[in-house]
This record gives sequence, structure tokens and C-alpha cells, in this order.
Amino acid sequence: MKWVKVIVSFILTLSFLSFPSCAFQSDELLVDDEEFGLEGAPQHRSPEPIPTRSPPVTSPTRKRHSDLDSDSKIQFSLDHAFGDSDFSPAGTFSARLKTWSHGGQTLTKLRFSRNSFSDVEKEKFKNLLESDDFYRIRLPSNVLSPPGRDFIISSVKARCLPRESLDEHFVIHMEGVNVLAVNYGSPGSCPYPRNLKLPAKWSFSSHTVLKNREQAPRAPVFTEEILGGENAEGEVLQPAERSFWAKYWMYLIPLGLIVMNAITQAMNMPEEQATGLVPAQGQPSAGAVQRGPSSAVRRR
Amino acid sequence: MAIMSFIFVFFFFSSLQPILSLYEDQVGLMDWHQQYIGKVKQAVFHTHKTGRKRVVASTEQNIIATLDLRSGEIFWRHVLGPNDVVDGIDIALGKYVITLSSGGSILRAWNLPDGQMVWESSLHGPKHSKSLLLTTNLIIEKDNSLIVFSNGRLNAVSCIDGEVLWKKDFEEESLEVQQVIQPPGSDFIYVVGFAASSQFETYKINAKNGELLKHESTAFSGRFSGEVSLVSSETVAALDSTGSILLTISFHNGKISSQQTPVSNLLEDSLGLAVIIHSSVTGIFAIKTDAATIFIRVIGEGKLEVVEKTNHETVVSDALTISEGQQAFALVQHAGSNIHLTVKPAHDWDSNLLKESIKMDQQRGFVHKVFINNYIRTDRSHGFRALIVMEDHSLLLLQQGAIVWSREDGLASIIDVTTSELPVEKAGVSVAKVELNLFEWLKGHVLKLKGTLMLATPEDIAAIQYMRLKSSEKSKMTRDHNGFRKLLIALTRAGKLFALHTGDGRIVWSHLLQSLHKSESCRQPIGLNLHQWQVPHHHALDENPSVLVVGRCGPSSDALGVLSLVDSYTGKEFSSLRLVHSVAQVIPLPYTDSTEQRLHLLIDADKHAHLYPKTPEAIDIFQSEFSNVYWYSVDDDNGIIKGYALKTKCSGNVADEFCFDSRELWSIVLPSESEKIITTATRKLNEAVHTQAKLIADQDVMYKYISSNLLFVATVAPKASGEIGSVTPEESWLVVYLIDTVTGRVLHRMTHHGSQGPVQAVLSENWVVYHYFNLRAHRYEMSVIEIYDQSRADNKDVWKLVVGNHNLTSPVSSYSRAEVITKSQSYFFTHSLKAIAVTLTVKGITSKQLLIGTIGDQVLALDKRFLDPRRSVNPTQAEREEGIIPLTDSLPIIPQSYITHSLRVEGLQSIITVAAKLESTTLVFAHGLDLFFTHYAPSRTYDSLTEDFSYALLLITIVALVAAIFVTWILSQRKELQDRWR
Repeated sequence: MKWVKVIVSFILTLSFLSFPSCAFQSDELLVDDEEFGLEGAPQHRSPEPIPTRSPPVTSPTRKRHSDLDSDSKIQFSLDHAFGDSDFSPAGTFSARLKTWSHGGQTLTKLRFSRNSFSDVEKEKFKNLLESDDFYRIRLPSNVLSPPGRDFIISSVKARCLPRESLDEHFVIHMEGVNVLAVNYGSPGSCPYPRNLKLPAKWSFSSHTVLKNREQAPRAPVFTEEILGGENAEGEVLQPAERSFWAKYWMYLIPLGLIVMNAITQAMNMPEEQATGLVPAQGQPSAGAVQRGPSSAVRRR
Repeated sequence: MAIMSFIFVFFFFSSLQPILSLYEDQVGLMDWHQQYIGKVKQAVFHTHKTGRKRVVASTEQNIIATLDLRSGEIFWRHVLGPNDVVDGIDIALGKYVITLSSGGSILRAWNLPDGQMVWESSLHGPKHSKSLLLTTNLIIEKDNSLIVFSNGRLNAVSCIDGEVLWKKDFEEESLEVQQVIQPPGSDFIYVVGFAASSQFETYKINAKNGELLKHESTAFSGRFSGEVSLVSSETVAALDSTGSILLTISFHNGKISSQQTPVSNLLEDSLGLAVIIHSSVTGIFAIKTDAATIFIRVIGEGKLEVVEKTNHETVVSDALTISEGQQAFALVQHAGSNIHLTVKPAHDWDSNLLKESIKMDQQRGFVHKVFINNYIRTDRSHGFRALIVMEDHSLLLLQQGAIVWSREDGLASIIDVTTSELPVEKAGVSVAKVELNLFEWLKGHVLKLKGTLMLATPEDIAAIQYMRLKSSEKSKMTRDHNGFRKLLIALTRAGKLFALHTGDGRIVWSHLLQSLHKSESCRQPIGLNLHQWQVPHHHALDENPSVLVVGRCGPSSDALGVLSLVDSYTGKEFSSLRLVHSVAQVIPLPYTDSTEQRLHLLIDADKHAHLYPKTPEAIDIFQSEFSNVYWYSVDDDNGIIKGYALKTKCSGNVADEFCFDSRELWSIVLPSESEKIITTATRKLNEAVHTQAKLIADQDVMYKYISSNLLFVATVAPKASGEIGSVTPEESWLVVYLIDTVTGRVLHRMTHHGSQGPVQAVLSENWVVYHYFNLRAHRYEMSVIEIYDQSRADNKDVWKLVVGNHNLTSPVSSYSRAEVITKSQSYFFTHSLKAIAVTLTVKGITSKQLLIGTIGDQVLALDKRFLDPRRSVNPTQAEREEGIIPLTDSLPIIPQSYITHSLRVEGLQSIITVAAKLESTTLVFAHGLDLFFTHYAPSRTYDSLTEDFSYALLLITIVALVAAIFVTWILSQRKELQDRWR
């Protein structure tokens, strides 16, 4: 029973110690992704890129002849291949090229229009699904002078794409006007034993995310603590207002245990004396009884 | 129960600040250290004075060392660094070692007894040229002087303080100076060279003041090639560029006269292209052709005579002056398993001063170099000793027909290391030769006990220490329970395989690989790497384990490959094959056949995959996993990373069913104008991860993104790929990538502005730590990126886990969209690095420590907790309990955590960690020029008693306690009896 008490007190101690804990605050730099479909909207910044879902694009192109300069608008094409076949055009990306005052150029407001599958392509795709083969796409590595140095290729097992329609997800990693890499695949998971499933609708629903370089967090600089910086344990930072209990709990708990032990011992003692005294007294008496004759003999 | 938990908590807290140093008397218990100097390029003996006889050597690894001539031990050595190539060494004034290095621009003098530098002078000149060092006994202005020709300038340098006494420039653009000669006893110097490859030039220079006395030149119809050989102090021999005409040119008193002799006149059969061998024997020179070495004597005015034609493996030493006007030189020839050392006087080819035959280990290969030295025998005749450098880079001293000592200096250039288990101890088979008897065991324990009870005398303490160091346990040739005893198998640049015992570092066997031996079909064989070919397990225990050595015939990546299979217990090369394809990449597959041979995929330069071993069983196993094999290639020069999968059987070849075509699955093209790949890092294939979840302070769980297909790539601005400080912070940046190598997805990309390489990186579990230079802060930095899987993050609900409604057991597919979050943080670090590794334990439970090879050639252990991205300035109590250290801007260097303690691993190249069977311990092997091995327990050895635990004391304590119980029991009985009697 007393152990339960001890455990409870111990848990209480622990919970007391961990009381001022607070949630971890990330010092991660927030990602700002320029996303498709946010044109005109205020710059939305969130720590996690939330790709907006675009309606399945069926019309081949949707060009805008609005207030934008025509020269700042660019297009580049997406090619696809079924298995090991040659690449053929599959869609067009259009974006606005923004030239910064310091000379850098970035793409914003990326739009994607996907060509729908022709019957031949549908047949090819079905074959891919049956043989669990790769559906491959490619992009130019430079959007201004395609294809740049080489094409950026990405591929996915065709069975990962079909859901209701054909769902695809692009994350295009850009560096200025260069495309570095593209992460292509299904927007969700693609669990391993890939089952054969034909899409209900033969149209693509595409999600695109454009990612630019991200700044690494700087090393923290404690100018005032350069001398103390060598002290890795950071003892200097220990808050002074630790309570007596927080400081000495490790001594107090065993002390408490000893005291409790002593108390229970002491409480048990009278009881034992009450009951145990009888044999204790009885023994010498019995001894006396045993001894009786001999002592009597001696006395004699 | 509460006590238990209390003890647990107590230990938990006390383990937060582990002290990882070792005591003085523990040095050498677990660790060993071996020092090497590398392949000797030039050696100078110092034996004139009484006292310790030495040899001074310079090596291809740019080391200056003096060795004890009696034992081969190193007295002192200096590592001059990779850019400071030694051009020449000599001894001046009998007490200074003079070295000329860095393309002839640095001249240094070292004190011979202790290796202290005496002086250093830098010599610059008008143009780049050959560097020549000539010690003379000339006395200029009361100083002994050295003559140095380097960078197109002739310098006379004082031996005493390195001061340049005079200098003379040879600025003529096309002049190639070949020799600087001082005729004995004269006070002028000849500078001999070619101008425009067809003109022979001599300059006679006053040695006292550098004044030009005479300049002569003669034009020849042909062109000169290569070196000239000095025949006498006023005659040289040279070959023309076709290698067919021999020229002997004498320039007596500045007058040039020459003689042309076609090689075909001297030899009946044509021998192909000949080259002249550098030697300095008076009257004789040697030319070497493809098939033979030919010694030619010069008789009188340009008359030539062939004295001997020997086979290819003949090495000749430089001339040694043994007495006034008498020179001798040594020849070493191979004959079967013996080598013949012959010392001949220069004037008489047919007589021998010495002829010895020495039995030589076949595993040392051919003799590459020989240096001789003479001494006076007890009977006053001339004795000779020879220092020979072998094909495997080992160094041997021969004297009186025996090998006095040998040094395995091939171990100074290790290319790759792998480990092998030792044989299991079987009953009846005594593998351990060093077993102790019972008496010695008892004696040892009594001594140990005395030590523990502080009763030991100093002699006893010394005996205990000796016993601990020479413990027979650690050098047994059988497997132990803790997995500490293993064989380290190392491939050296010379193409030799060594097996070192981890217990004491001794060489168990060594084998010069036949496949990496120079031959007609393979001119420049180089070893690439080592793989574990066969690791016998349960059902194939009778087989010996074996290793696969991969090499190629030439430096370019499309040279044909060679493979060898070597038995790890005996060192026998049981199979060696020349491949018909090149080897660009070797991929050990995670499949083994029925004899536990691991399947390997070799990718050639044309991206064809070849499966090994070539057995039908292997192809069966491979077919079933055919569609799950992916690999990637990194093209550093073009900045392109590509991923591949297998397609079909090779089309062009005739029915090679072990060859497969590949197809390109993905590519990442880095813009060449802004990024250049400098480092990549991957996870170790054999790394175990104990838990995929990480419990963070507020009872929350984060799931580690653990994928064996993670690739870390670091790129810098092309401008900033040079030296630190060559660019401004604005023009330099460092970009780091985390890439999934199956799908080519970039999981994380991050830029460090104002930073540059060199980058050292290590990837383990779900984190990567890398080291680089921050130009803005003018300091080195280390950064950490930890990557967590968000797609599993909603498995926190206990009920979900209980009901089974979670995705933790479902197979992970790379084709699922990776929802990852990364956390990163940077810290300043004082040192620059040479290597970085991480501790590796068998189950991955023990906390990790980084092993950092510092610029001072030591290995520093740094707890991974210091590189935790979640460190904050004021961690909460809960975070502190979890082990989060308050944030500081720089990483601490705790002097006690140098695992190399007082030793240095000169020229540190890499740190290799191997898991022992004991979870707490990792075996660390660091190699460079030196080798260092130790056991390291990142969280202390919590699962075993220490080596010096006294079992005897424990036993005695128990016995004493039992005795005490009996005694007190008897005493109490007696007392009770007395009481009753009372």
C-alpha cells in the first residue's frame, strides 16, 4: 500500500517537473510557394504548401491577352512517354516571367493545360496499367531556351495515377529560369502491392506547385556570450527561480521513503509488541521453565 | 518497484552528461596505432658517425622520415602535405637533412637527430623548370654551400643558415636544364641542358660567385628525349626522340664533342622504344626497353660496348663512393622466389664485390628501387647493406644475405576497407596458440586483486599493465561473444590486400593480387573497392567468407574491369577474372544465393548492368526482384543526376543472360552557371534503425523519414569551388538537396548564402550533418537537417493503434507522395575537417555520436545531441529531461572526447565504423598514413563489465561475506548458549 503512495508522489513529482513545458516552436523558415490558381489573390504564405486543386483542364490552351506584357509571358511544353516509347507533347505550362530589379528572373503564376488522351494514348496507357510499367514525363531544363542543357525527366508507375480520374501532382523545383527537378506522381499515397484499376474518367486532374530555393536558417549568434559559449551545458542559462523542491527532490524522495519506512516500522512495532511480546516474554519464561530444574539444582 | 523506477530515473539523469574520456592506464587496451611513411622515393644513409645509424627517406606521400637502421623504427617524420612534393633530399654538414620541395621553391634544413627545422628559404625564379639539388663541399665565404637549380635559376645556398649566396638566371625560354655537375675537386660547375630539344648547351660557372665562365652550344639533327645519364663528370649519354640513336656528349673544358651510335649497332635484334635510366655510375649507363634492361659501358672517346643484357626486373642503384676514386653500385635481380643482390665496382663489370641470394616473400612482388650503403666489416673489408623498395611499397633492409627488417609501408595508402568475421571456435580444434595455463590465470588475478586493494608494488603495477596490454583474449584467432575480434581487410594502392587483426593490429595475411598486377593486357591496373562477397551464415557455415576486389585497367572510367575473389581466412585468391566491360559502379544487392554469395550488380560506362555471380541460381533470384532494382548516377562534371531501372536483357551481345539494359527514369539537371556538385552522401547499407518514431517533449510523436534511398547532394557556385576566400560572400552559396533516388523527388532544397566548400557530410537514420565554411561569419559551420514523415503523423491516437486502424505496418512505397517536414539548424565549429563518420551499433539503440577527423589528424567524438535542430535558448523542463541542450552558437570541443587521445593519425583520410555484437560498442578504424583502431562506446558500456573488472575481488567479497555470516552465526549461538547458562 505504501508503495502506491510512493508511486503517486513520484508521478506527481514528475508532472510537477514537466509542468512548465510548452510546445516546440519551429524556427524553420517559412516556405513561400507561388501556386497555381492564386493570381490576383493576396500573397498567401503558409508554412506548408497547400496546393489548390484545379478543375480538370480539357481545353487545350487558355491564353490570356490581358494587361500583362506579352514578352513577360512564357510557355513551355510537357512531353510524355508510355514505357519506353518516344516522347510526345502532352500539355503546356504557361507562366509569367518576373524580372527583379537585381537582375534575377523568376516564374510566377504557373498555369498548366493538359491535352486529353487520344484513343491511341488511352490504349497505350491501358497497356502500361496492365504491365505495371512507367509513365514518363519530361520538361525542358531551361524555360527560356528549351530544352536547355538536357531534359528533366520524371516517371511514375502508371498504376499510381488512376483514381476517379487520372490524378497527377507536379512539384517543379526552379532556380531562376532553370528547372532543376520535377517531382511527379500521384497526389496521395500509392501503396505497394499496386492493384490494377482503370480510371472512371479519362481526364487528368492536375496539381502543380512551383518551388524556389529556400534560405537556410542562420547559425544563432550570441555576441554577449562568446566567452561563455564554450560552456556547452549552458549552466549560465539555468533559471535562478527553481524552487527548493525542484532542486532537491532527488534527496527528498529517498528521505521521504526512509521516513515513511520508519513510520510504518514504528506503527507496526507497537502492534508487534502487543502481539509479539507474548512469545518474547514467553520464551524466557519457557527457558526459565526449562532452566528451572538445573538452576534449582545449582541453587541447591 | 518505486526503488527500481527511482534508480532508473537516477541513471537516466546521470547518463545525460557522459564522460567519455579514458584513464592513462587504459591506453592501448582497446586501441592500437601503427605508423607508416609510404612508398620510399629517395633514401640517404647516415652511418659515418658513431652512434645511431639512420637512413633518411622521402616518400611519394611527401614525408621526410628518418628510420633506425637497426630496427626500421621511425625516429622522426614530417608530413609535408599534398601540395609540397619532395624533389630531392640530402644530408649536409653531417647533421642537417636538406629537402627541396614544392617544385623546387622551398629549401629546408632539418636537424638530423631530432627533426627540428633549422632553416627554410624560398627560392623563386623566372620560369618553371626541373629542380635539382646538389650538395658540394665547396666553401664560399667560409660557408659550406649547396647548389640548387630550380625554376630556371641556379642558386648557391649556405648550409648554415639557408642564405642565398649568389644566383644566376637561365632565362632562355626553351632551355631545359638536365644536369648540374661539379667535377670533383674543381671550383666550377657545369650546367648542362637542351635548348629547343635539339641543341645541346653547356654553361661553365664559377662556383665561388656564380659568374659565367663559358657557354657552348651545339645543334643536332635529331631531337633529344627524356633524361640524360651522367657517364663521367664531363660526359653525358642521351637518347634521341625516336629512341634509336645513342648520343655520348663530352664537354671537356667547355668544348663539346659528340658521338652518335645507333642502338641497332650495339644489339642485333631490335627492341622497340628505349628510354634511358637515371643512374650516376661512372663509365656505365643503362637503357630500358620493353623487354630488357641493357647496360652499356663507355670506353674512351664515345666508344660504346654492351656489358650486360638482363631481363626486365632488374634494378640498379646509384653509385656509391667507397674509397678514393672507387665507386660501387648494386644490382638486384629476380630468380624464382629469390632475389640476387650484386654489388659491383664501377670500373670493372666482371668482378663482384658482393653477391648474395635472399629468399623473398612472393607476396612482395618485384623490386622497384634499391639504395646501397657500405660499412667496414670486422675484418676491415667493405661490407654493403641495401635498402630495397618492393612492388607492394614495403621497405626492407638487406645485410649479410638476410632481411634485417621490413616495413609494410603499403598500408600508408589504403583505398578501401571492409571487415570479416573470424572462424567460430570449435571443440578439439585449437586455434588459439596463446592460451594461458591455470597457474598464470590465478597469478594474474591475484596481481589484479593486489592492484585493486592498493597493495601492489610498482613492479606489480607494471606487470599488471603489461598483462592487460598483452591480454591473450584479444588477439585470438576465433570469434568472440562481443564481436570485438574481426579481420580488417584493407586494399592498398599497390594492389595488395592485407588482413589486420582488430585485437592488436598484426597482419594475419597479405596477398598481392594477381588481377591488379601489371600485365600486357592491363597496363595500369588500379584497385577501386572491396565488397563482402560471401558472409556465411546458418546453413553455409563450412564455407570461408570471401571478399570481392573490384579494379580496372586504367584511370579512365571506360577501362575494362577486373574482379578477384579472395578467401578472408587464408588470403588465397581463388578466382580472378578480367571483365569484358568497364566498371562504373558496383551495387551489392540485398539478396544472397544458397551458398550465401551476395548478388552484385556491376554497372558499366554504357549503363548496362551485369549480374555477378554468373550462376543460374543468381539469375533466378534476380528475376523475381527484377522490377524493384533502381540505381542512380551522379555526373559531377555536368551537374546531372540520373536515375535508372532495368529494362531487358542486353540486345547487342550474343546471349549474355547476365547483362541487362537500363532505362532512364528521372533526371535532375543543375544549372551549370550557378551550381557545381561537390559532395554526395548516402546512408550506410548496413545501418540499423531501432525506432522509427521519436518521442518529443510534450508526449508527442514524430515519425522519422527512414529511407535507404536518400541521397544528400551539396553544390556550390562554380566560382566558389576553389580555395576558401577566393570569392566574396555575395558570389558564393551552398545549396543542399535531399533526393529520393528511386523517383528522383527533391525532398528538401536549401541554400546557405555566403558559404562555400569543402563540404563533408554524413547521412544516418533520418538526418544529415554537413560541414562547410561560412564566409560572412569567417568561421566553419556545421548544419543538421532532420527529416520527418508527415504521412504517418496521424498515427498518434492510441485507440487507432489498438484497433489496428493505422498505416504503420503497410509497406512504404517511394511512389507515394512524400509528405515530409524538415528541421534544420546551423552551428559554428572551430575545426576544419578531414573526414566525418557516425558511430554504428548493431541494433541502433545506442545514441549516436559523430566522429570528426580534425585538421590536426585526430578523431573527435561529438554527441549528436549537440546537433539537434530542436535546441532552443531556454528549453523547457520537459525538453531538458528529453536531453535537449540549451542553444549555443558554437559546438563544444571537449578535450576528453578525442578518441585518439594523445595519438595522431597522420594524413587522416577516412574513418570507418563497424558494429560489434555488443550493442553499446562500435569499432572505429581511422586510416591515412597511420592506422588507428579502437573500441568506442557512445553511451558507455552499459551492457558489459569493463575489461579490468576484478572477478577475484567479487569472489573474495562473497567468500568473506559467507565466512562472516558463519562466524557471526557461530558467535551468536555461543552467546545465546552462554546467556542460557547464565
